Amino acid sequence: MRGHNVANVTFIQFSGEETTVDGTIGDSVMKIATDNLVPGIDADCGGECSCATCHVLIPEVWLEKVGIAREQENSMLDLNPDRQDNSRLSCQIELTNDLDGLVVNIPEFQY
Amino acid sequence: MSEAVQHDEFDHAVADPYALPMDSSFDVARGSIFQQDKQWGYFDRLRKESPVHFCDSSEIFGPYWSVTKYKDIMHVDTHHDIFSSEGGITIGDQDEDFTLPMFIAMDPPKHDLQRAVVSPVVAPMNLVKLEDTIRTRAAGLLDALPVGEKIDWVDNISIELTTQMLATLFDFPFEDRRKLTRWSDVATAAPESGIIDSEDQRREELIECLTTFTELFQLRQKNPGENDLITMLAHGEATKDLPERPLELLGNIILLIVGGNDTTRNSITGGVLALNQNPAEYDKLRDNPSLIPSMVPEIIRWQTPLAHMRRRALQDTELNGQKIRQGDKVVMWYVSGNRDEDVIERPYDFIIDRAKPRQHLSFGFGIHRCMGNRLAEMQLRIVWEEILKRFEMVEVVGEPERIFSSFVKGYSTLPVVLHPKK
Ligand code: HEM
Ligand code: FES
Repeated sequence: MRGHNVANVTFIQFSGEETTVDGTIGDSVMKIATDNLVPGIDADCGGECSCATCHVLIPEVWLEKVGIAREQENSMLDLNPDRQDNSRLSCQIELTNDLDGLVVNIPEFQY
Repeated sequence: MSEAVQHDEFDHAVADPYALPMDSSFDVARGSIFQQDKQWGYFDRLRKESPVHFCDSSEIFGPYWSVTKYKDIMHVDTHHDIFSSEGGITIGDQDEDFTLPMFIAMDPPKHDLQRAVVSPVVAPMNLVKLEDTIRTRAAGLLDALPVGEKIDWVDNISIELTTQMLATLFDFPFEDRRKLTRWSDVATAAPESGIIDSEDQRREELIECLTTFTELFQLRQKNPGENDLITMLAHGEATKDLPERPLELLGNIILLIVGGNDTTRNSITGGVLALNQNPAEYDKLRDNPSLIPSMVPEIIRWQTPLAHMRRRALQDTELNGQKIRQGDKVVMWYVSGNRDEDVIERPYDFIIDRAKPRQHLSFGFGIHRCMGNRLAEMQLRIVWEEILKRFEMVEVVGEPERIFSSFVKGYSTLPVVLHPKK
C-alpha cells in the first residue's frame, strides 16, 4: 500500500522515453524531476518562477486537475515562443494526492 | 547603455575598500574600480555590512541603491510591477534626444508585445539551423591564426568571431560585417568616449544603419534567405510591416546587435583568462571536452559580462530592511550576486563541472531575462569545441587591459600565444 505522502509522476521525453518516479506530496513537479535526475528540465532559477526553463506540457486528461497558470507564471510562459495551450512551468505545480499518477510531457527544447 | 565605453579622464586612484567609511559616500559605481579589477573587495564588504546600500556621493550618476545579495537581486528582477525598466536599464541616464524604442527598457504590456514579435528568431529550433554556418566560419578564422607568436586575443579572435556571428545571424553582407560592430559602438557610445564627435553624427550613422537594414529587409521579402533573422522578420505576421515603423525597426535591430556584441565578446575573452588562472580546470577540459556545455555557463557566471542592470522604484517599498522611496534608482549588481556564498558554493572558484552551472545571475531573471541566452551559450560552445580541436593551449602571456565601465565588464586587450595540438 502506498503511503499518504508520496504519489507517482511520469515524465515523457520528446523522444518518447518514459520515466516514472515517486514524488513527495507538497514538492513541486520541477523538484521531483531534478531530484530524480530526469533530463530535460533545466530549472535555472531554482523554482522562483523567473526563468521558464522548467516548461512542461500537460496531457488533456490531467489539465483540469493540474489547473491553470497564475499571473507571474503566465507572463514567464509568454516569453516562450513555443508556448502551447497546455503549457505549465513545473516549479509552479505542487504535487497533491489528487495528482497521483500524473503524466507530463517534456518539450524538445527548454526556452 | 551609454556609459559603456567612457574613458577615464582622471585615472582615479582606487581606494582600498576596507579603508573607507561604510556610509552613503561608499560608491562602487566607478569605471576606474572595474578597470583595475578592484570591485571584489567593495562588493564583499557591501554584501556583509550593507547588502542594500544607499549611495549619494556619485557625481556622475546621482543617488542610487546598490543591491548586492543574490536573493535580493532575484526579488528586484522578479518584481517588475514595483521596479520599472522604463527609461533606461543602466545606472547612467539615457540621452533624451534620440532614444530608440527598445523593449529592454519598457514595462508590460508594451515590453511583452514587442518581445513576442522578435523572440521567435532566437528560438532553439532556429538556432539549430544556424549552427553549421557559425561553426564553419569560426573554424576558418581559427585556422588562419598565427601560432607560436604573441597576438591580441580580443582584437584577433573575440571581436572578429562575435562580428562574424552577428553577420551570420542577419546574413549580413560578410565583407561589410565590421559595420555591425561600428553601429553597436555608436549606439552605446558616451558623448566623451571619442567614438562619435556629436549627437548629430550618432543620428547620421544610425540612420545609415536603418537604411541598410530596410533595404536588406525588402530584398529578403522578395528573395527569402534560409535561416537568417531578417528573413524571419520580413515574413513574420507581426513584423513584416516593420519598415512602416522605422524607429521600431531600428530599435529592434540595434537591440539585437548591441545585446549580443560586447557580452559575447567578453565571454570569449573571459574564458581564456579563467582557464589560464585555473590550470587544473584547463587540464580537466583537455581530458574531457564533453565538459564544454557545463563550462560555458560557468564562464558566463565567472565573467558576468554585464555587471549590473538598473531599475526605478514605482512606489515606496522595502527591501531587506531598507526603505526605498518611489523614484529611487535601484542597481542590481549581478557581478556581486554571482559571488554570493549563501547561494553559490566556492563562488570565487572557476569550476567547469558544477552541479548547477546555470544557476547564476548573468542573464538576469524574470520577464527581461536575456532573450539571447541560448544563442550566447551556443556560440561559446562552438568556439570552445573548435579551439580544443586545434590548440593544446591558448596561453595568456601578459596582463589584460580592462574596460573603464561599471556596466560592461570586459577587456580591451589580452596578449596570448597559441600552442598547436601535438
Ligand atoms: C553572454 C552573453 C550575454 C549576456 C551576459 C547577456 C545579458 C543580458 C542581461 C543581463 C539582460 C537583461 C536582463 C534583465 O534586465 O533582467 C539581457 C537582455 C537581453 N539580451 Fe542579452 N546577454 C547576452 C547575449 C545576448 C545575445 C547574443 C543576444 C542576441 C539576440 C541578446 C539579446 C538580449 C535582448 C534582446 C534582451 C532584452 C530582453 C528583455 O528586455 O525582455 N543577449 N541580456
Ligand atoms: S524553475 Fe525557473 S521558472 Fe520554474
